[in-house]
Amino acid sequence: MRQFRFSPALPKTPAFTPGDGLILLGIVTLLYAGARLAFNAPSIIAGPDISLSPLALPWYALFSIGRMVAAYLLSLLFSLFYGYAAARNRTARTVLMPLLDVLQSVPILSFLPVVLLSFTVILPENFAAELAAIVLIFTSQAWNMTFSFYQSMTTIPNELREAAAIYRFSSWLRFSTLELPFAAIGLLWNSMMSWSGGWFFLMAAEIFRVGARDFRLPGLGSYLQTAANEANLPAIVMGIASLVLVIVLLDQFVWRPLIAWADKFKVEMAESGEPPASWFFDILSRSWLVEQFRLRIWQPFRKWIEGVPGNRLREKVSVPKAVPRSGRSSWTRIVFAGIFAIAMLYGAYRTAVLLLTLPALAWSQLGIGLAATFARVTVSLLIAMLWTIPVGVLIGTNRRFAKLLQPIVQIVAAIPATALFPVLLLALLQTAYGLNISAIALMLMGAQWYLLFNVIAGAAAIPQDLRHTTDLLRLSSWDRWRTLTLPAVFPYIVTGAITASGGAWNASIVAEYVEFGRQTYATTGVGALIAQATGRGDHALLLAATLALAAVVVFINRVFWLRLYRLAEDRYRME
Amino acid sequence: MTTAVSLNHADNLLQLQNVTKAYGRAAKQFIAIRDVNLKLRRGEFVCLVGPSGCGKSTLLRIVTGLNTVTSGAVLYRGLPLHGVNPYATIVFQTFALFPWLTVQKNVEIALKARRVPPAERTARAVKLIDTVGLNGFESAYPRELSGGMRQKVGFARAMAVGPELLCLDEPFSALDVLSAEALRGELMELWLNKSIPIQAILMVTHNIEEAILMADRIVVMGKNPGRIVAEIAITLRHPRHRKDSAFQAMVDRVYTAVAGETKSEKETLGTAPGKPGEKRMLPDVRLEALAGLLERLSEENGRLDLYRMGGELTLELDDLLPIVEAGELLGFLTVQSGDLLLSPPGQAYAEASILARKEIIAGRVLRLPVIAWIYETLLRDDNKRVDRHYFYDKLQDDFGDLTEKLLDIAIRWGRQAELFAYNGDTSELFLES
Repeated sequence: MRQFRFSPALPKTPAFTPGDGLILLGIVTLLYAGARLAFNAPSIIAGPDISLSPLALPWYALFSIGRMVAAYLLSLLFSLFYGYAAARNRTARTVLMPLLDVLQSVPILSFLPVVLLSFTVILPENFAAELAAIVLIFTSQAWNMTFSFYQSMTTIPNELREAAAIYRFSSWLRFSTLELPFAAIGLLWNSMMSWSGGWFFLMAAEIFRVGARDFRLPGLGSYLQTAANEANLPAIVMGIASLVLVIVLLDQFVWRPLIAWADKFKVEMAESGEPPASWFFDILSRSWLVEQFRLRIWQPFRKWIEGVPGNRLREKVSVPKAVPRSGRSSWTRIVFAGIFAIAMLYGAYRTAVLLLTLPALAWSQLGIGLAATFARVTVSLLIAMLWTIPVGVLIGTNRRFAKLLQPIVQIVAAIPATALFPVLLLALLQTAYGLNISAIALMLMGAQWYLLFNVIAGAAAIPQDLRHTTDLLRLSSWDRWRTLTLPAVFPYIVTGAITASGGAWNASIVAEYVEFGRQTYATTGVGALIAQATGRGDHALLLAATLALAAVVVFINRVFWLRLYRLAEDRYRME
Repeated sequence: MTTAVSLNHADNLLQLQNVTKAYGRAAKQFIAIRDVNLKLRRGEFVCLVGPSGCGKSTLLRIVTGLNTVTSGAVLYRGLPLHGVNPYATIVFQTFALFPWLTVQKNVEIALKARRVPPAERTARAVKLIDTVGLNGFESAYPRELSGGMRQKVGFARAMAVGPELLCLDEPFSALDVLSAEALRGELMELWLNKSIPIQAILMVTHNIEEAILMADRIVVMGKNPGRIVAEIAITLRHPRHRKDSAFQAMVDRVYTAVAGETKSEKETLGTAPGKPGEKRMLPDVRLEALAGLLERLSEENGRLDLYRMGGELTLELDDLLPIVEAGELLGFLTVQSGDLLLSPPGQAYAEASILARKEIIAGRVLRLPVIAWIYETLLRDDNKRVDRHYFYDKLQDDFGDLTEKLLDIAIRWGRQAELFAYNGDTSELFLES
C-alpha cells in the first residue's frame, strides 16, 4: 500500500516577522518589474492550431512530458543548491528559509499572466509561452522538494556527520555517501508530490487564453480544451485516456521502481515488514543490460568524479581554523544589502505609483472579487470536508475497504483537475449559474484529494487500544466520533486543508473566466479580474489583483491556518 | 628540533592544557568544561566517567579534533592540534554505520576517504572483518545484523585507518548485556596481546564497573562546569573479576568520587532570580522516582551504598544520580563517601501516608529558591494568576537555553506538591483557592 505524506513544512515562526515584510516587498518589486515589462506586450498573440487527430496525441503527450521534465530537473537542481546553502550556512539560512515559507503559500497560478506577458516582450511568442509554462511548473514543484532536502540535511544524525569528519571524507564523498543517500527517500516522495502538482499547473498553462491573446501550448491540456470546445466526445475520451495512461505509465515505470530502489536508503535499522515493491524494478535489477551499464559506465564515471582534483584528498589534512570575520566581508555585505534594499524600496515606490492610478471603482471591484473568490474557496473546502472525512475514516480504519478503494482513488486523484475543467464546462456552462458551479467544482477537484489522503492516514494511525477502549465503553457512534475519531484525525484534516485551500485559490485563476465555444464567460471573482486585466492590458489592475490575492492568501495562512495547525500539534497530536 | 620535541614527549601521546569549552557568548555563556588538564601516555587505557552533562563526550570530541576549544591547548605528540586529528578515530555509541552500505563497504569507505587503491582496500577490509569475527557477513547490510555485530563493524572500520589513538564513546551502552560483555572481552584480548597497532585508548562510559574492568586509569569528571575531580589508577591485574574484593573496593571508591559529597545547604540550593549568588538547575526527575528511592533507603535502615542502590533499582548511574541530586536538594538524603543517608525529613516522608506526603513535599519544595520565588510572585498577584512567559523572561538571564526545561520541572514539582496549578492552554500559573 502506498503511503501518502502530505505535510506542509511549517516553521515555528510567529505570525508575521519583519523578514516576511521584506520578502513580500521583494515579491512586489519582482511583480512590478514584470508588469512594467508587460506594458509592451503584443496585443494579439496567435495560439497554436490544435489537431484533434488521435495520431497527434502521442506528440502532444511528449510535449507535455517534456515541459514537466524540464521543469522538474530545474526544480531538482534548485532544491539541491538552495537546500544545501540553507543547511550549511547560518547567514544564508536566516534569509532563505522564511523566503521559502512565503513562496510556498503564495498562489503561484496568479503569477501566470504577469509572467506570460513579460516574457512575450523579451522572447519570441511561442518560446515565451513555453518558458512561462516551465517557470510556472518549476514554481509549483520546487518548494516542497527544497524543504524536504533542507530538513534531511539538518536531521542527519550527528554521529554519522562526525564519522564522515573523523574519516576525513572529501566534500564529494560526504555528499555522495552521506548527504544525498540520507535525503533520497524524502526527496523522492516529494518529487512525486511535485509531479502531481506540476500536472495541474501544466494543464492550466497549456489552456490559458484571454481576449486576443492566445497563450495556449500544444499539449494534452490544449488538446482536451479544443476537444471540449468542439464538443467532440471521442476526442475528449481519448485525451483523458492518454493523460491517465501517461500518468500511470510514469508511476509504474519511473516512480515505483525508484521508490523500491530507494528503500535501501532508509535509516531505520529495523527491517520493514512490507518493503515497497515494483515489478519493473525487479525486472531491471535482473537485467544484463543494466548490469553492463553499471559496470561499464556508472562505476567508471564515479571513479572519474572521485579523481577530479577538487575532490582529491590531501594526504596532510589540515582543517582550517576558525578565522575571525574580516571587516571587509561585512562591509561588502552591508553594501549589497543596501543596494538590495534601495532597489526594493524603489520597486515598492513605483508599484505604489502605478497602483494609485487605479480608480476607486477598480479597488471596490477588487474587494468584491476577493470576497467572492473567498466564498467559493470556503464552499469548496466545506464540501470537500463533508465527503472526505467520513469516507477517509472509513477507508483508513477498514483494511478491506482500503484494499478495494485505494488504487481507484489514486488513479482518479492523479488526473489533474485543470485537465477536466473544459469537460466540466461543456457539461455545466449552459445551466443556470453554470460558471459558478463549475468554478466551485474545479476548486473542489483540486482540493479534495489532499484532504482525503490525509484523513485516511490519520484514521489509519488511530491506536488500536483507543478503538478497543471505545468499544468497551460502549460509546454510541456519535460519542465515538466526538471523543475519538474527530480529535484523532483533526491534525490531519488541518494539514490537508492547508494544502487544499492553496489548491483552491490557485484554481480560481482558470476557473472564473473562460473562453469557450467562441464565447467569453466571466463571473465575479479575483481570478476573473486578473484574466480580464490581462486581456484588456490593464496592467495596474493586473498588478493590484495579483498582489492583493497573494497578500490575502498569505494572511489567511498565517493568521488562520498556522494557528489551527499549532493547536492541532499541541493538543491533538498522538505521540 | 622536531626530534627533540618528539623525544621529550615520547611517552605523552596526548596532552590537554587548561582546556575550556564554552558555548554562546558573554552573559548567556554556557561552560561545558573548564580548565581541564589531562595526559595520555602510550600504552595506556583511560576511562572518562562522570554524571551526565559533565562534558565527557565533549572532551572526547576535542581530543579527536571534532570540536574546537575555547581556550587552552591540545597537544598531540607534543604538537598543537588543528582540525580533525589524523591519528585518532572514534567508535560511536550508535555505531554510526551508513545504513545503505554493506558491511564491507562500510569498512572500505574509511580507506576510500584516504585514497587507498580499490584492490588494496578490499583486501584490507576483508581481513579486518575477519579479525573481528564477521567473515561471511561482508555483503550484509547493517540492518541485518545484531547490535553487537554492528559494533564489531564499527571497530573494524575504526581499525582500518590504523589509528594510534582509539576513542570510544560509550561503545557498549547500546548493546544488550551479553553482547556487551563479549565485545569487551574481545577488545581487551586484542588490546592486551598488542595484536592491534593502537597505542592508547580513551573511553567515555557511564558504567563504572566497565571502566574498572578495562582501564589503567579512571578520570572522574564533575559537572557545573565540567571539570576533572579525581584521577584513580587501576592497578588490578588482568583478567579482572567483578567478584574480587579488590575490584569491589575499587567500585566503591569510584562511586564515591563520582557521587561527591553533599555540600552545604546554601551551595546546594542556589539562589532565587534577581538575588546574588550561584543559580542551580533543577534535576529532571519525577518525584515518584525519588519516593521509590526513599522507601528503599528506609527499608535499609537509612543507609545504603550508592552502587548497591543502583544495582537493586536497576538504574544506570546516569539515571540514579539525578534522583539522588533531587533528594539532596529537598533535604531528604545526603551523600557521604559513596553511601546514601536518609535524613529525618526523608525518614518522615518514607513512613507517611499519601496525604501527609503531599504536605511534607510542599514544605520541602518551598525550600527551593526558584519555586519559592514563583509561589511568592503568584501570592503577590491580585488575581493569583501569572503568565508563564513572565517567569520565563526573568529566568532567562540565568539559565539561557535551559530556561524552558527548568520551568517545566519547576511547574511539575509545584503541581505535585499542590503549591500551584498550571493551565497549559492559556500557559498560566495560578493558585488554587
